[in-house]
Amino acid sequence: MVPISYYLVLSAILFSIGVAAFLIKRNIISIFMSIELMLNAVNLSFVAFAHQWHQVSGQIFVFFVMVVAAAEAAVGLAIIIAIFRSRSTLNVDQVDLMKL
Amino acid sequence: MHLVLFFIFGGLCVAGALNLLFQRHPINSALSLIVVMSSLAVLYLLLGAEFLAAAQVIVYSGAIMVLFTFVIMLLNAGREERTHGSKAAYAIGIPGAAALFAALTYIFLSNGTHLSSASLGEYLVTTDALSRVLFRDLLLPFEVTSVLILVAVLGAVALARKEN
Repeated sequence: MVPISYYLVLSAILFSIGVAAFLIKRNIISIFMSIELMLNAVNLSFVAFAHQWHQVSGQIFVFFVMVVAAAEAAVGLAIIIAIFRSRSTLNVDQVDLMKL
Repeated sequence: MHLVLFFIFGGLCVAGALNLLFQRHPINSALSLIVVMSSLAVLYLLLGAEFLAAAQVIVYSGAIMVLFTFVIMLLNAGREERTHGSKAAYAIGIPGAAALFAALTYIFLSNGTHLSSASLGEYLVTTDALSRVLFRDLLLPFEVTSVLILVAVLGAVALARKEN
């Protein structure tokens, strides 16, 4: 027997680590990977709530999140390749054309 | 049994995520993200989501992470160097994430008495039940996501193409 709140706390831990990595990392690919980590953390809480209320719709949500994450990864990595072609760097501190 | 499996694979998840946070080379971060995603698949299985566990392994730790490692090797990404921006990010990022974690955990644990607990094999969503909802009630959103995937493929090809 595992309380559902344990799963939610695990999801909170993963999400917070994802937020910290998103803010700390300077490499654009690592930043993109921490976004995937946050998506996974939210998926875990969706599955936990689907188990709590015995509803299939929580798992349907996770399915759609996976589909959108796959599309997002394809487009995002293409954008990263385009950035690397034009600026030949992956450091976000040097991609600051729109910064004040 | 369930508690032991939860702590093993939950601990593996947290260890992998922390390794992702503290490694400085993106390929190490990518490999530890694969560990996180594979252990999450086991946790999905414990929660009775068998189709999602398989999809997690195939889509996330298979397809998406292969794409990531491929791009890391294609761009020959090296260790990230510390800049003046990273000091400010450390100063704001760690306390901010800790505050977020504290708030979320407080909410979950203070309202956790309303939630039940999960035991192994108590509730199982079969692929049959999932596809019944997906292809009957949600047929239109499902088809729209296939169009989204098509647009994403075209966009990725257009963005990554060499300009003449």
